[in-house]
Amino acid sequence: MNNYAKQRTLLIIFISVALVYVVRLFYIQIVDTSYVFYAQNNVLQEQTIYPARGLIYDRNGELLVYNDAIYDLSVIPEQIKNLDTLSFCKVLNIDKVEFINTWARLKRQKGYSPWKPIVFQRQITIPTYAAFQEKLFDFQGFFVEVRTDRKYKHNNAAHVMGYIGEVTDRDIEKSNGYYRMGDFIGISGVERTYEKELGGIKGTRYVLVDSKNRTQGRYKNGEFDTAAIAGKNINLSIDQNLQALGEALLMNKTGSVVAIEPKTGEVLALISSPTYDPNLLVGRERGNKYMELLKDPAKPLFDRPISAPYPPGSIFKVIMSLMGQQEQVLNQNTTYGCHRGYLFVGCHAHNSPLALRGAIAVSCNAYFCQVYRSLINNPKYKYVEDAYNEFYKHAYSFGMGHALGIDLYGEGPGVLKKAAYFDKLYGRHHWQALTTISMGIGQGELGITPLQMANATAAVANRGYYITPHIVRKINNHANPNPEYNTKHWTTIDTSYFPIVIEGMQDVIERGTAYIARIPGIEICGKTGTAQNPHGKDHSIFFAFAPKNNPKIAIAVVVENAGFGATWAAPIASLMMEQYLTGKHDTRKVLLERMLKGNLTHRNDSTTAKTK
Amino acid sequence: MTVQQPKPSRIDWITLLLYYIFVIGGLLCIYASVYKETNPNIWDGSMNYGKQLVWIGISSFIGLMILLIDEKFFYAFAYPIYGITILLLILVLVAGTTVKGSSSWIELGGFRIQPAEFAKFGTALALARFLCGYNVNFEKDRKIQLLSAGIIILPMLIILLQNETGSTLVFTSFILVLFREGLPGWILFVGFMLAILAVMALLMPPLYIIIGLAVLAVIFLILVRRTTQLIWLTLGVVILSGAMVSSIDYVFENVMQAHQRTRINVLLGKEVDIKGAGYNVQQSKIAIGSGGVWGKGFLQGTQNKFRFVPEQSTDFIFCTIGEEYGFAGSLLFIILYMILLYRLLMMAERQRQKFNRIYGYSVVCILFFHFVINVGMTLGLMPVIGIPLPFISYGGSALLSFTVLLFIFIRLDANRVNELRGAYD
Repeated sequence: MNNYAKQRTLLIIFISVALVYVVRLFYIQIVDTSYVFYAQNNVLQEQTIYPARGLIYDRNGELLVYNDAIYDLSVIPEQIKNLDTLSFCKVLNIDKVEFINTWARLKRQKGYSPWKPIVFQRQITIPTYAAFQEKLFDFQGFFVEVRTDRKYKHNNAAHVMGYIGEVTDRDIEKSNGYYRMGDFIGISGVERTYEKELGGIKGTRYVLVDSKNRTQGRYKNGEFDTAAIAGKNINLSIDQNLQALGEALLMNKTGSVVAIEPKTGEVLALISSPTYDPNLLVGRERGNKYMELLKDPAKPLFDRPISAPYPPGSIFKVIMSLMGQQEQVLNQNTTYGCHRGYLFVGCHAHNSPLALRGAIAVSCNAYFCQVYRSLINNPKYKYVEDAYNEFYKHAYSFGMGHALGIDLYGEGPGVLKKAAYFDKLYGRHHWQALTTISMGIGQGELGITPLQMANATAAVANRGYYITPHIVRKINNHANPNPEYNTKHWTTIDTSYFPIVIEGMQDVIERGTAYIARIPGIEICGKTGTAQNPHGKDHSIFFAFAPKNNPKIAIAVVVENAGFGATWAAPIASLMMEQYLTGKHDTRKVLLERMLKGNLTHRNDSTTAKTK
Repeated sequence: MTVQQPKPSRIDWITLLLYYIFVIGGLLCIYASVYKETNPNIWDGSMNYGKQLVWIGISSFIGLMILLIDEKFFYAFAYPIYGITILLLILVLVAGTTVKGSSSWIELGGFRIQPAEFAKFGTALALARFLCGYNVNFEKDRKIQLLSAGIIILPMLIILLQNETGSTLVFTSFILVLFREGLPGWILFVGFMLAILAVMALLMPPLYIIIGLAVLAVIFLILVRRTTQLIWLTLGVVILSGAMVSSIDYVFENVMQAHQRTRINVLLGKEVDIKGAGYNVQQSKIAIGSGGVWGKGFLQGTQNKFRFVPEQSTDFIFCTIGEEYGFAGSLLFIILYMILLYRLLMMAERQRQKFNRIYGYSVVCILFFHFVINVGMTLGLMPVIGIPLPFISYGGSALLSFTVLLFIFIRLDANRVNELRGAYD
């Protein structure tokens, strides 16, 4: 080999190696794009910015729900250095066994990685947080994350506001990955219905981290960051003072109150008794407290006003009066005699015979059995089913037998049977008014939730229409955008038939069964009800609206197993109407005292309304 | 005797220019790799780039000195210089400072120097001096061959004792020099085949390889005209190969240290350990691979800046080039480096004096070897052997020794015209 060839050989070796390296570079820098991804994985850390959840106010701007900082103790396992387990346990107030168990649990968790932050202990107390902050330097790898939880300024309206809790796997799936493990979500009440508005939108911040996971700055000066958008504030239609008074009045009683502003369908008060302190379902004890409430035999978690159907009893006579007139089987001069009842339906002693207005005032059972009979056995219709369908249609138009569409979770439809139900029970065409006569006085196959009662009252107060009751009045100071909450739902009753019934309802207060509910200077129209129920003592029911002209409030009160409508329901409604209309509720001290102190919890063990 | 000053026109300016391109480029890479927003001052003497700047100054000064020295100095003092470097190497064994597992450093004032770096040009000078004699016939004389090997192997052994595997391996590049001086080509070929055998020995059990070789030998013997001599030769090759494969396997399992074993295993793909021994290479590949075509730009390389790449200013400095300047920058670097090697090769070949030529070839081969190992390592093609990328990597000893290595050759080359003229005088 000559010298030239040797030189060439070396040159060829050099160039071959260089070529191999260039090809390799070409491959990893241009062909294989996965390295770019790895590089971003290395340095890019996605941090979630949690928006502040929207605040909740009452209709007058009184703050009801706000946010409170909570502290989660998190750890990046890889960064733990020389941890003094003993002093660590002492600060956290746990023993060594718990410490070891917690670790074992964390390591079993899905997606565990020693390089990723993980929550070691949720919601440590403020003293623990303070103690921990002092010693933070000793516990390398641990840090405290601040999040917010809810706080309730008043102990009222727990069912309305609901509560928030950590998302479930299903929530995460349904949200297409928007929610992450440990995020909070509204679980019931307004928190749930208005999760989208209250929750806001999470933001993302991309930070660069070095190989030791220390933050080194923003990624591309924050070009790809998204700001968190705070949740919208919400104004409930609830009047906090009215709500608080109602809850106080229902203390030690089982029952519901629903108050609606007839013109707007806004719910002024929505009370379920027994209730609970909303502040119980907050913080790390939420789970335990929830289980306690769930096991309580008084069922404080049960949202009675929107889901429990009660037989309406005599208040249904108001609807009957309107139906009869609409079907032309009744007018204000129709009189029926009453001799302490009608067939097997009894009645109390009163003047007889009576015309419509008087019959409403004294709540004559016989009269309305006659009305019911003339409705169902109406010769205008060939078959009983056709006549009953008219009855059904009218009742339905008042919002009975279906969920109204209030913006709360868990609303029940109540009970209103279709003709087919009776066909099945008795055979086609083989039934008539007398078969179902108890429906004429609001018993039998009828179930109405307190919300539906209040809604029907509002429809009467409006002389023929209602607006779907709703609990959220404003979102970010704009009217609730749901068009349902701005639409008049007309009943099937002509407006001209209302005045005489309303006169009768006023008589109920002025000289009839609910004289006790009278408030001097305010024209109240109402109707008592005493609903028999198969599980115990009668339910005390009352619904009313006031003032008679230009009504401001329609209210329905149910006190379970409390006896006559006039004994408990009517006074409670009266006190609440007075409060709402005049701002005072202590003008009748004796009545107020009696209602506040009344304890009916011993009356009947079967305290719950039957749902089915 | 008058000192022959080299005329500026005779200095190879192209090489000098390339040298400064690499040194300045290297400084920028070092700056980028340890850059922090909080401390952007490139003149900061406490940071790597500040120190490197000082070393560039020192190197330039010493380089200038070398260019001013009579070229006969290197010829005359080749052996003493070699002797001094060997002494220094031994001194390190006695009084060295251990840095990162290798005890190859000597503390000198505020700076640490690594005599192994200087042993490279010491050995190159000694080898050149030894082989340039008129009555020295490397091709024929067995004694000369053994002595040449001795000159090379002596510093290797001492450096190996310092636990500096990387620097030890650099001396194998002298094989290419010897090839130019008459080492038969088949030795290179056999060496290459042995390397392949060695890699196979690490990948699979020795028995399989021996069986495979035997099968190949039988096929070979069937195909060629069989002579007794050829049969014995083939048999000998198979037995020797088998012995070598077995001993490599033995050395690998029993002599090598665990970290070396792991490095080799990771390279060969036998172990996948992204967070362990493979971490460095994986991060290095990520840094280079994420550079794309044009790179992320000066100071924009996140992988280096945030310390994902280990030793990012010394052994893995090529990652900064790959990440911040992308494929384009890496290609440019390789082309420039190849131009430098080609230039030096041309220069070496044009020397009239054997001494100059042998020295020149030594420079080329050492620079080439560093390039192969260092860049290959960052690309995951070579095992992780900690040797610097010439002129680019941070490190005073390395820069100074490469500068001396290169400038001596520039000085020698600058004199070739005088020699020519001298012949006519």
